[in-house]
Amino acid sequence: MDWLNSILQGVLVGGLYAMFAAGLSLIFGVMRLVNIAHGDLVVMAAYLALVVTQALGMGPLASLLIIAPLMAVIGYGLQRWLLNRTLGDDLLPPLLVTFGLSVIIQNGLLEIFSPDSRKLQAGAIETATIPITPDLSIGVLPLVQFLVAVAMIGALQALFYRTAWGRAFRATSDDQSTVQLVGVDNRHVFGLAMGLSLAVISVAGVFLAVRSNFDPSMGPARLIFGFEAVIIGGLGNLWGTLAGGVVLGVAQAIGAKIDPGWQLLAGHLAFLIVLAVRPEGFFPKVQA
Amino acid sequence: MRDLLTVSRLDAFYGDFQALFDVSLRIGDGEVVAIVGSNGAGKSTLLKSIAGQIATRRDAISFDGEAIGGERANLLLKRGISLVPEGRRLFPSLSVEENLQIGGEHGRKGPWTLARVYDLFPVLAERRNQRSTSLSGGQQQMVAIGRALMSNPRLLLCDEISLGLAPIIVREIYARLPQITGDGMSLVIVEQDIVQALAASGRVYCLQEGRVTLEGDSQSVSREMLAAAYFGV
Amino acid sequence: MSGAFTITRGTRVSRILAVGAFAALAALACAPLWAQASSLNLLTQIFAYVALATMWNLLAGFSGLVSVGQQAYVGIGGYALFALTIVGGLHPLVALVAAGVIGGLIAIPVAGLLFRLRGAYFAIGSWVVAEVFRLLASQISSLGGGSGTSLPARIVTGMADGRQAREFMIYWTGLALVMVVLGLTILLLRSRWGLALRAIHHNELAARSNGVEVTRIKLLVYVVAGFGTAMAGALIFLQKLRISPDAAFSVNDWTAFVIFMAVIGGVGRIEGPIIGAILFFFLRQALSDLGSVYLMMLGLVAIVIMLRAPRGVAGWVADRFGFEPVPLERRLASSKPNIESKPESAHV
Repeated sequence: MDWLNSILQGVLVGGLYAMFAAGLSLIFGVMRLVNIAHGDLVVMAAYLALVVTQALGMGPLASLLIIAPLMAVIGYGLQRWLLNRTLGDDLLPPLLVTFGLSVIIQNGLLEIFSPDSRKLQAGAIETATIPITPDLSIGVLPLVQFLVAVAMIGALQALFYRTAWGRAFRATSDDQSTVQLVGVDNRHVFGLAMGLSLAVISVAGVFLAVRSNFDPSMGPARLIFGFEAVIIGGLGNLWGTLAGGVVLGVAQAIGAKIDPGWQLLAGHLAFLIVLAVRPEGFFPKVQA
Repeated sequence: MRDLLTVSRLDAFYGDFQALFDVSLRIGDGEVVAIVGSNGAGKSTLLKSIAGQIATRRDAISFDGEAIGGERANLLLKRGISLVPEGRRLFPSLSVEENLQIGGEHGRKGPWTLARVYDLFPVLAERRNQRSTSLSGGQQQMVAIGRALMSNPRLLLCDEISLGLAPIIVREIYARLPQITGDGMSLVIVEQDIVQALAASGRVYCLQEGRVTLEGDSQSVSREMLAAAYFGV
Repeated sequence: MSGAFTITRGTRVSRILAVGAFAALAALACAPLWAQASSLNLLTQIFAYVALATMWNLLAGFSGLVSVGQQAYVGIGGYALFALTIVGGLHPLVALVAAGVIGGLIAIPVAGLLFRLRGAYFAIGSWVVAEVFRLLASQISSLGGGSGTSLPARIVTGMADGRQAREFMIYWTGLALVMVVLGLTILLLRSRWGLALRAIHHNELAARSNGVEVTRIKLLVYVVAGFGTAMAGALIFLQKLRISPDAAFSVNDWTAFVIFMAVIGGVGRIEGPIIGAILFFFLRQALSDLGSVYLMMLGLVAIVIMLRAPRGVAGWVADRFGFEPVPLERRLASSKPNIESKPESAHV
């Protein structure tokens, strides 16, 4: 029962990893951009939530009404005025510019908020549980986090395949020159994609801040978890990121159960094993 | 006839390579004009310059009395210039219908709708939910033309629509052109197939090595003049 | 025909600079005669960074393998040095070379995994690998686990007779390391593999279809980088005398700074990392008291350089003054009067 409990926790944490991954997958899908600062932006969203909840006295989840649009605007601006200039045939500029961004955000947070770890208080929901059997129970907050992840990926999927925005995203991903011939400004679409990505990870950032302590140095590990979930799930598949997140979460939970020092290692090993035996991931992009 | 588009003294470059030299031409409102020339004569470059895919001098191109040279393609589409690009360039991850829809989402309002495109090319209605890559070459060309029409252009630029298609398909597509221009849309046809282009147009320009070598009436231009302008003999 | 065309690689400037470089090398080799211990220490640190940046440049600048995980090999080199000296009882200098070999050997299976990832995903994948090695290192209890260990005094004192001799030895090792790494890189790039690398960089698909064995050449480059980076790592921790997983596998110290040097100096140029490392140390001496603000400035400078002068200081100099200090390509030198006087010579 102990094991079942651990695995269940792992599945639920997987929802958080899926949120990191969905944001990463989205911008890679639309503009082949890998944002090294992705994890640091998650942590930045967590700090923004800290500021907003303290200043306005609202709950962490309610603060998303401010944080998500704010992060979306930041993302749009970042893409249009900085990252669009780096896109081209050469791989190096976008990688190095986002790497520089990562260093700036991390040290900026350090400068403003100090290296001390923080946590957001969500009230009674944090400790509430739903008993399943006498030995097994599910925390309400982890469950909410997982359900939000599922809902968010479902919504992104619908956006991509059912709306005009989604058509513009996919068409721009196919051919950013021809898309201009149908009146789409590819630079604007890239901005929208980054805005959307940061809105998604702002939700992840707030859950991260409620579930555990956070500090300015946590970003790179969140980037890596998101990346691992993307590769395990299969490139270019949004539901795949959920599967990848769950696999990663469960692997970490099993590792931690064996030995606390093995938690992260087990997750990385799961990733490396998938890379070795099934490099295209579990659910590679299908030509539907 | 009032001029809708005028190109005056246009030079165009790919890096250091100059593809067009001092090209001038005019397209009247509601006119059908053919541009012919051999491979590499600069026909596609000319269309790309007009549609905003190649940077040009601002005053080298004017549309409806306004200088538009070098404006971005997505803005030109809103003014009413639409290009059917060489090689069709459909979006492979979009279905046939989505390719048409995206064509109409950022253009002008007007008579062209999904229903009317399906009316023009009924075979597309049957395949609306298929991926565009699963269609035959002729059907893909119909999607490309339909996608451009969905923006309700005032000037439609068609780049080599017969390329790689069987003659019977080419004739079928050309047979639909009058339905397209019926509302007074101006049309530019770039072709290597001279006979087809002359039959469909009112006036013709011939390009050779980046220069205009002939301008004339499609019906009265002689075979000898055309050969001279085409091959430079 | 004779004398109309000559194929050369050197330029007049490159030959003058070569003489200058030899003079500088001679001065550096004699540095223990004229420099203080603290200067030798600083110079050794610069040597290690030049080696790291040159190896990163070989990967990212010349071979399109953009890695943000080279700290893996720094850590492997450092830990190999500690293990081989403490457990294996080797002399530190022998252990340093062996650490390089270990780094190169580990690079082979790692490449087998990482080469499945393309482009930017290769970059993050390389970071994951570095994390794995960091976590594994913290499991080695005989080397102090997560908190690390120091090099025992008997090994330190057994290295050479006296403190000064030891400092000189470490200094000369650093200088030799830079020479080896630079020499290896220049040799590799001037060989037929180097030509193939440039073909791959230009157009991988075309190179592949012309029979260039892209994967094998990239593997060779990756292994060489693993070798050089691990030796630099061994030197760094031989100098520090203390190692821990977080210090040995630090992404900031061994990748962010290294990338900064390569970018500011000039990615894809041999002299770039040397110029970059020198500039970096000037900045560090002047500004490192600012702490995290200093790091933010480094990030900002790297972004501005990448956007405004993507070829770095060395590239800017080459564009501006038109010279190649370290020419890698042969060029066709023609002497015009000859062609005009003997027109037939043009039809060689």
